[in-house]
Amino acid sequence: MKALCWEGAGRVRVESVPDPKILNPRDAIVRITSTAICGSDLHLYDGFIPTMAEGDILGHEFMGEVVELGHEVTSLGVGDRVVVPFSISCGNCFFCEKDLWALCDNSNPNAGMAEMMNGFSASGLFGYSHLYGGYAGGQAEAVRVPFADVGPLKVPDDMPDEKVLFLSDILPTAYMAAENGNIQPGDTVAIWGAGPVGLLAIRCASLLGAERVIAIDRYPNRLRLAREAKAEAVDYRAVAEVTETLKEMTGGLGPDVCIDCVGLESYGHSLDAFYDYAKTSLFLATDRTHALRQAIVACRKGGTVSIPGVYGGLLDKFPLGMAFAKGLTFKMGQTHVQRYMKPLLERIRKGEIDPTFVITHRMRLDDAADGYAQFKLHQDECIKIVLKP
Amino acid sequence: MTTTLTPGSPAARYREIEETRGEASDVNVGEGERLACGIGGAALALYGIRRDDWGGAALALLGGALLYRGVTGHSEMYEALNVSTAGKSRAGWSRDVHRGLKVQKTVTVNRSPEECYRFWRDFENLPRFMRHLESVQVLDGNRSRWTARAPLGTVSWDAAIINDVPDELIAWRSLEGADVDNAGSVRFRPAPGNRGTTVTVELNYEPPAGRLGVTIAKLFGEEPEQQVREDLRRFKQVMEAGEVATVQGQPSYHGRD
Ligand SMILES: NC(=O)c1ccc[n+]([C@@H]2O[C@H](COP(=O)([O-])OP(=O)(O)OC[C@H]3O[C@@H](n4cnc5c(N)ncnc54)[C@H](O)[C@@H]3O)[C@@H](O)[C@H]2O)c1
Ligand SMILES: [Zn+2]
Ligand SMILES: [Zn+2]
Repeated sequence: MKALCWEGAGRVRVESVPDPKILNPRDAIVRITSTAICGSDLHLYDGFIPTMAEGDILGHEFMGEVVELGHEVTSLGVGDRVVVPFSISCGNCFFCEKDLWALCDNSNPNAGMAEMMNGFSASGLFGYSHLYGGYAGGQAEAVRVPFADVGPLKVPDDMPDEKVLFLSDILPTAYMAAENGNIQPGDTVAIWGAGPVGLLAIRCASLLGAERVIAIDRYPNRLRLAREAKAEAVDYRAVAEVTETLKEMTGGLGPDVCIDCVGLESYGHSLDAFYDYAKTSLFLATDRTHALRQAIVACRKGGTVSIPGVYGGLLDKFPLGMAFAKGLTFKMGQTHVQRYMKPLLERIRKGEIDPTFVITHRMRLDDAADGYAQFKLHQDECIKIVLKP
Repeated sequence: MTTTLTPGSPAARYREIEETRGEASDVNVGEGERLACGIGGAALALYGIRRDDWGGAALALLGGALLYRGVTGHSEMYEALNVSTAGKSRAGWSRDVHRGLKVQKTVTVNRSPEECYRFWRDFENLPRFMRHLESVQVLDGNRSRWTARAPLGTVSWDAAIINDVPDELIAWRSLEGADVDNAGSVRFRPAPGNRGTTVTVELNYEPPAGRLGVTIAKLFGEEPEQQVREDLRRFKQVMEAGEVATVQGQPSYHGRD
């Protein structure tokens, strides 16, 4: 089959690879009908995430049709149309039972490696680094899905792929980001990054009762979509100091909830951003944290900082003293996708949210390498690419 | 000091901590390792910086850390992991000429003690999660023949159950004539808060005089603690998820090598 493979930092290519096979009794093979490129894929593309291996198949946002089942899977049938959550979870461990799916104990074959790095291992992930199991991903014609009896969600035939595809990751991610913010009626929510996750987080924050949402980014097309989603937009390059601007906009209080939808590659032009850039270029630190730092500085006393943006290693100049002094709450982590898929499918069905507005490009899987470059360079106002095998 | 402490007792562990802490508070990396780190680190860092891909970046980062460790005798990672190679060996396993090898590891399994006991008590199940075992054949109610994979073929020995308390404890030891004299036990206790079962495994290997660690290394490689940890992890996976997570046999692209 054809699959998009990682071949080193900045290098991905569609290659011919063997077809996936059932390896465990709870596996399924899914023939992909739609798959997307995510901001997390860019971190891999840019070489920011350690333990990738040449030849790895990428992709963790996908859906398709069940074509083969391991003998333990009885909840699905061949021919079923399913969306697959990006985290791989057993459904039986302490964490799965607590609805903390992305922390599953039993799905990472490289748990020992993860323990050495992080003390504990999280769940396996599709199309991600070997620290998360190195599972072959779904930017391919087909994929092997472990624990298929608990992960994949059957979707009704009358809902087109594009409406439900993002249940695999970014819609639950945006929703959990908003939920983690513990939004109260009347709250102002500030969101760094108006990429697909940030844009959907604007919608979810409103759904959860935010009175005002402020979006921060630099790309006019993304800020335009943010405005269309009823957020106030701040171009961080057009203001002297983002944190001061936010303070002014919120009557000197600061936003009640700050959400970092940027992650470890945030851009900036102030001294600390330059310092981060220099340090990560020299490999003295691994993550650039400009946006997160601003979120901490801006957040009102007693507020909440929610971090869906991905971080991979060590942070430098993290203003913990300030966070402590202000009594902030932090919530973060990979999304517990399985927790949100069903209720969000319902919301899509009822028309409460339609995630298709983030899609700007549709391409053939064969052109996926160009897609990566375009997404990376923000060419042609690219925000979200959906690939068709 | 002359008092003898029971190895592994809280008092002995306390002394171990005190000793490592006492002499040089910041040095947790042994001399030989420091030299190796310094040289290896510098080489890695240089090599890594010359390569301009991610692999190079990782190497440079690692190299830098090793270099730092070599120069200062201090490893952040070791400190974070609560490990010291400067003083005593790390908690969890010990290996010396006289005592052989002892490993103890604990895991929590989200199943009842009865279920865990029952699965373990059927020794023919052991190779499903103990990677180095090729097979265990039950000879009669009490005795069994164990065959383990070793770098040069296989090693075989007979063992007998020496203690068996249903739902609580199983202990076994090798019989006369085993290549590697070994004993093991597994204890099942209800985990607090209804979280299933706390499973503690203890293994002891005592090589016959003169053979020293050679046979042990054959069985366990260089990281016995890691191996037991992985075995227990697989036990947990089999008990909870019914299968062992794997990516062996999945597609990837290897066109260029
Ligand atoms: N937690 C999870 O499970 C999960 C799931 C999906 C995605 N993510 C992460 O969410 C993040 C966003 O994903 P995405 O697909 O929207 O990515 P994206 O790259 O399309 O969007 C990131 C946006 O942040 C903006 N940005 C960069 N620096 C900024 C700064 N200093 N201030 C404000 N905005 C800034 C960029 O201009 C861009 O529009 C990524 O880190 C991704 O890895 C996490
Ligand atoms: Zn994603
Ligand atoms: Zn689990």
